Formats: sequence, structure tokens, C-alpha cells
Amino acid sequence: MGDHGIEYRIDRRSGVSTYLQIVQQTKQALRLGLLEPGDKLPTAREVVEATAINPNTVLKAYRELEREGLVEARRGLGTFVRRTLGAAPADSPLRAELDAWAKSAHAAGLDREDVAALFGSVLDAHFPKGDQ
Amino acid sequence: MSSTSTTPPAVAVEAHGLTLRYGRRSAAALDDCSFRLPTGRVSALVGPNGAGKSTLLATAAGLLRPTSGTLTVLGTAPAEARERIAYLSQDKPLHPQLTVAETLRMGAELNPARWDAAHAAAIVEQGSLDPKARVRGLSGGQRTRVALALALGKRPELLLLDEPMADLDPLARHELLGTLMADAAEHGTTVLMSSHIVAELADACDHLLLLGGGRIRLGGGIDDLLHAHSVVTGRGTPADLAPHTVVESRVTGRGLTALIRRDGPVGAGWETSEPSLEELLLAHLRSPSAPALLTPGTTATPAGVTA
Repeated sequence: MGDHGIEYRIDRRSGVSTYLQIVQQTKQALRLGLLEPGDKLPTAREVVEATAINPNTVLKAYRELEREGLVEARRGLGTFVRRTLGAAPADSPLRAELDAWAKSAHAAGLDREDVAALFGSVLDAHFPKGDQ
Repeated sequence: MSSTSTTPPAVAVEAHGLTLRYGRRSAAALDDCSFRLPTGRVSALVGPNGAGKSTLLATAAGLLRPTSGTLTVLGTAPAEARERIAYLSQDKPLHPQLTVAETLRMGAELNPARWDAAHAAAIVEQGSLDPKARVRGLSGGQRTRVALALALGKRPELLLLDEPMADLDPLARHELLGTLMADAAEHGTTVLMSSHIVAELADACDHLLLLGGGRIRLGGGIDDLLHAHSVVTGRGTPADLAPHTVVESRVTGRGLTALIRRDGPVGAGWETSEPSLEELLLAHLRSPSAPALLTPGTTATPAGVTA
């Protein structure tokens, strides 16, 4: 599928394990529609050459993504995206609604922290933590 | 990635009671070392100066003979496996008067059966090195790249690197580690490389050998080693932490913080977290009397016992 490559950035000081960073960055790319079904993930060789991390770390991340049904490994061909994540790519109606909501929150005089706190509490109410 | 398969993984390096003295009366540089390094691992060989890292690598390369004990490489004696091993010593000996291209041609002539000229040339090319440049005029990083091309062009099954990243700037270090990882990904090359800078190897390696005073202190998969230990904080004394092995402890306010090797679950009242690789290594280096740990699959099989 051409040049829809994703480049992983490894932050050694983030405290998040390296394999999890790859999982999270892949999911983020899926959420934002930067990766779509059929797109090919970079090979382990390509990732480790660019990031100097251990090949097994990449394979572990890809196995985790495969276990979650997000990608599939095709023997001899590579690892391909199976489905997107969340129903909210960058240009979805949900994002537009949230955008409109943020505008009215701003108009109502809420500052950034107020909005974050409000959003966080609604988020917690509808998506209990530890629920995965 | 604990393997529960019935076929044991192939072994890259295995030592039984390996001891090496440089003189009859000198202290042992390697003192009764027993461990196993499975193939396909990228292993860090870590320890303070004088711990025996270079001695172990040179012994695996077949350049030093054990005083007692045995060391096998790829299932045979190091001298027998020489064609399948590449060894890069700390001083990276290259002929200064040769050009880069001539150096690679020398590699081809020394390894007629295995030499991969395209692979070696590609590694040199990645560093935008002029093949006509003489080794004499190269920077430290460029020389390391040529030496690595010479080592990898041989298509080794086992790559032994002694402080490969010393005296390289961060960019050259990152690039060369990337080249090394790509080779490991593509060919499954087993790598054993020494360093006393842990951070630079933590992400590249999946396996660890910690040497201290010529002895193996820790050996095994890095994840397995980290999971076996906990950093605990709480009010209590080291004695309260039994039956766990306390590697190191220090007073924190009215309680203590300790790095322990767990034996069962940690009792209530202790806050626990997993140590970082650096914490794990430093705690063991500061506590020479802490017992050694080899994770399952990385202990040497008792002599005479076959699976």
C-alpha cells in the first residue's frame, strides 16, 4: 500500500516500556486514521535499524497488536493492519461535536484545567478505569 | 518469552566452571564461571573495569585458553568454530595504510567460504564512507564502522564485541547499534557485547550477563531478571523481608527501601515496584555477597547430562 509508513519514536526516559511505546504509537496512528486496513507496518528490520532497539521488542509489540486483532502477520509478506481503532478518525462527526463543545466551554469562561477536569470526570463516569 | 517447547534452544556459548588466570600466582580473571547463552540473543556483557569482560570475550573467540573448566561455542571448541565467529577487540585492529575498499578485500580473502561482499559494502556505504579513503584518516566512529563491516561481512553466527561503542559520538553509536540490530533481525545473529555503560545497551539487548570480580553475578533474559526482583519500601527491617533475598537495603526515613529477589508474594505493608535495569545492576555490584542468579534456560547443564 505504498508509502503509508509509520515511524516509531522511542523515548528512553518516558518510563513506558519500549514495546508498549510501539503498541501505543500504532494504536494512536490507527485512531487518527494515519494507518488504515491493508496498510503494512514496517518490518522489524526497518524499525530496529532506525531505532537501535532489540528486534524481539518489535516482534513482541506486533504480537500484542495481533492478539488484539488490530494487525495480522502474513507469512513472508509482513504485518498488515486489519482494522482501525475507535470510530473517531480525525474528521469524524464525533470530533466535530467535541470541537463544538470545547468552543462553548471556552465561551463560558472555563480555562484549560477546568475543561480537562470536567472532561476527565465525564470520561471516568462512562469509561471506568481498569475496564480496559 | 519463556520457551516451554520440548526442544531445548541451541546454545551459542556455554561455560562450565570456567577459570582463567594470567599467571600462576595472579588472581583469577575468570573464577569458576558457569552459564549458557542461547542462540539468537543479543546479550550485554556488563561489569566494572577489571571484572573479566574482555577475558571472557577473548576466551570465547579462542584467543585465550582456560586454566580450568570448559567453554564451548556453537557446540564446539572455540578454535573449531572460528569461521563462524566474528570477534572485535577493544582496539579494533585495522591496517592504517589500507583503504576502506582494500580492508574489505582483505576480509574477503581471509574468509573465502563465507564472505558477503555486498553486505560488507552496504554497511560501509550507510556511513557514507569513501571506499578510497585510507583507514589512517578515519574518525573513531568511521573506523568502528569499517571494523563492524569486516566482522559482519563474514556472516558470523556469533558476534563477540568488546566495548564496541566506546569513543563514539551519540549519533554514530545510534547508527551502528541500528546496523547491528538490523543484522540480528535479518539473520538471527547471536551477539555478545561488553560495555560498562548500561543505558546504551538497555534497549538493544534482550539478554544480560553481569560479571563482578571474575564471577557471574546475573545471567538471563533481561525481562526475566527484572521480573524476579522488586524494589520495596515500607516500615520494617531487612529481617521482616524474609523469605525474600535482600540484595541491598537502605534506611528511608523511619523505614527502609530494599531491592529484593522475591520468593513468593511480598507481604502487605510494602510498596513494591519493578527495578530498572540500572537499579538492578548497581544493587548487585554494590553487594558482592548477594547470591548469583541465572534464570531458567541459562544455567549450564551439568557435565555428562544430556536432555
